[in-house]
Amino acid sequence: MKPTPLTIAAGVGVVVTYIRAIFFTPTEAVQGPAQKIFYVHAPAAWVAFLAFGLVGLASVLYLWLREERLDRIAESSAEVGLMFTTVVLITGPLWGKPIWGTYWTWDARLTLTLFLWFIFVAYIVLRGAIDEREMRARYCAVLGILGALLVPFIHLSVYLFRTLHPKPILMKPDAPSLPTEMLTTVLLAFAAFTLLYVALLRVRYRYAVDRDALLAESSNAR
Amino acid sequence: MNSVIGDALLVAKKDLMIEFRTRSAFLSVVVFALLGIVIFYFAWDSTAVAASDLAPGVLWVIFTFSGLLGLHRSFGVEHAEGAIDGLLASPVSREAIFLGKAGANLVFVLAVQAIAIPAVSLFYNLPLGGVALPLAGIAILAAIGLVAVGTLFSAMAANTRLSELLLPMLSLPFFVPIVIPAAQATAKLLSGRPVVDALAWLKLLLAFDLVFVFACMLAYPFTLEE
Amino acid sequence: MNGKSVAAVEADSIARAFGARRAVDGVSLRVHAGETLALFGPNGAGKTTLLRLLGGLIRPTGGNASIGGQKVPGGPEMRRQIGVISHRTLLYDALTPRENVEFFARLYGVASPREAAVRSLEQMGIADRADAPVRSLSRGMKQRVSIARATVHNPKVVLADEPFTGLDVSGARALSRLLGDLRESGAALLLVTHNIDEGLSLATHAAIMHQGRLIRSGERASIVASEYANEYRDLVAAGE
Repeated sequence: MKPTPLTIAAGVGVVVTYIRAIFFTPTEAVQGPAQKIFYVHAPAAWVAFLAFGLVGLASVLYLWLREERLDRIAESSAEVGLMFTTVVLITGPLWGKPIWGTYWTWDARLTLTLFLWFIFVAYIVLRGAIDEREMRARYCAVLGILGALLVPFIHLSVYLFRTLHPKPILMKPDAPSLPTEMLTTVLLAFAAFTLLYVALLRVRYRYAVDRDALLAESSNAR
Repeated sequence: MNSVIGDALLVAKKDLMIEFRTRSAFLSVVVFALLGIVIFYFAWDSTAVAASDLAPGVLWVIFTFSGLLGLHRSFGVEHAEGAIDGLLASPVSREAIFLGKAGANLVFVLAVQAIAIPAVSLFYNLPLGGVALPLAGIAILAAIGLVAVGTLFSAMAANTRLSELLLPMLSLPFFVPIVIPAAQATAKLLSGRPVVDALAWLKLLLAFDLVFVFACMLAYPFTLEE
Repeated sequence: MNGKSVAAVEADSIARAFGARRAVDGVSLRVHAGETLALFGPNGAGKTTLLRLLGGLIRPTGGNASIGGQKVPGGPEMRRQIGVISHRTLLYDALTPRENVEFFARLYGVASPREAAVRSLEQMGIADRADAPVRSLSRGMKQRVSIARATVHNPKVVLADEPFTGLDVSGARALSRLLGDLRESGAALLLVTHNIDEGLSLATHAAIMHQGRLIRSGERASIVASEYANEYRDLVAAGE
């Protein structure tokens, strides 16, 4: 499969960002080199939520317009989104252990991301469980919309849970005020990841188009 | 002409009649809940954690899993002999069908809770007399949310392969914003706090119910072949 | 011939596609009150889909249809005119025939639902088993209950998808009699059946459906039973 200009640009962007992150960005004083995981963790989280939002939007539009392409967009965004969400959930504990001494804390954002992961998985499993194309698109659109409605409630529940409970005694690095070089690297990372998301989305979308075309051909040939 | 509520009541009554006639589903779910409550008791060290600390968690976890069991059979009766087609061809609106089925599920879930909650009180030595009324309120609010989402997803799951696996997979993430407020509010009540302290949780539950009853009722027609 | 301006059942190039597959591919027909259209065709011809379209269970992807002048799918008024019979019983196994038919009578807003249910069951000769759960009845008896269910609200249009399936001789006779009574009372009947003789004996009109289209249709009086039977058998043989 030949890479498109977009994929190449995305790949280059990611590589450049991480060379900069590792070699040309100062190491954070308190956290040490482990802090650099932040340059993967935060942008991946941003993309995960972006992908989720796109699934929700495409779902609403699909139920309104019944346009097949919207269903393929939702499908692609869900799988790519799951990838990035998994990255967040892996880098989170990897970052957490050296910094906080523990792999997992029920941090509000991490917990919300965990639920995103569950909803993505449910979405993909639902896709796999329905053979009929139109029904599959409809059902997944319903799940996409309800999932989007769920997110604020998860957030509120976890937020209330944490504010009404004594916090564990940990060094908790909230988003520190970043010196300029770090800020630039972070922004670069966000841009690179967004580019990567779009590139992967297009690749996955292309695959969906080809697959559907093949299915249509084979059912016509019968 | 029948109204939406009138039709929904007809459908709910029909479902409950079927349930009452067979009774096996209800008994199975009740036994499941009781077994779960008992197993949890033996799974923890009573010298380390007080019963009043454990009970809210146990109560609401059992609530979700027994709720799932009960929900599963909700659309089975419609597909067994194709009766859903008879319903869909009739003048009844799709929203009424959804509300009717959800209503029957609500009665079912609350009936199980009516046995499970006293069972927790008995097995965990927790006198619930003083907080019975607020606890009933929490149970009703939680049950409404559970059946709204669960009825919709059981309608969907019934049309797919892997329906037994799919129902929990789809539903459980949605049950979390029900279980957390319910368990937290129950814990507050059991530790003797006034109801006012649990108000934030109850408001969250109520908001969830309003949003999802409405959303699921609107979504139901999309799960039917049209 | 009939003088009625509004047909009880009317379809105008109605079509339904499932993805690329055209299950119903432009069917036009008209059935007036008091007429019975027998619809034949091999499996997969689209007969069931056509009936589902006319019953408002699915939407057309092309063309349109109406029942008594009301567009299909439509609201409660349109649905109240239709009775649906299928080869599946559409019943609740755990309930009794009386409870099943009464439930549907109430859904359709029938006055005195209890009495109407009993009447309907008596017409199908199943009143003596009205209080045993449907699950305990034989296939033929279940089908009789199903027909009682479908006709309790005196529908003006009856859509029947292979209703003779599973009926024994006396059951088939009871059904024929009931369908004849319905026709006498002015109902329009659309009957899908594999049983050519049975179908033609009841029908005023007949049609053959193949690959989503009506390839033959006309008044029964002008069609000899054997001609339809031969065409139909040829079609079925060609498809298999």
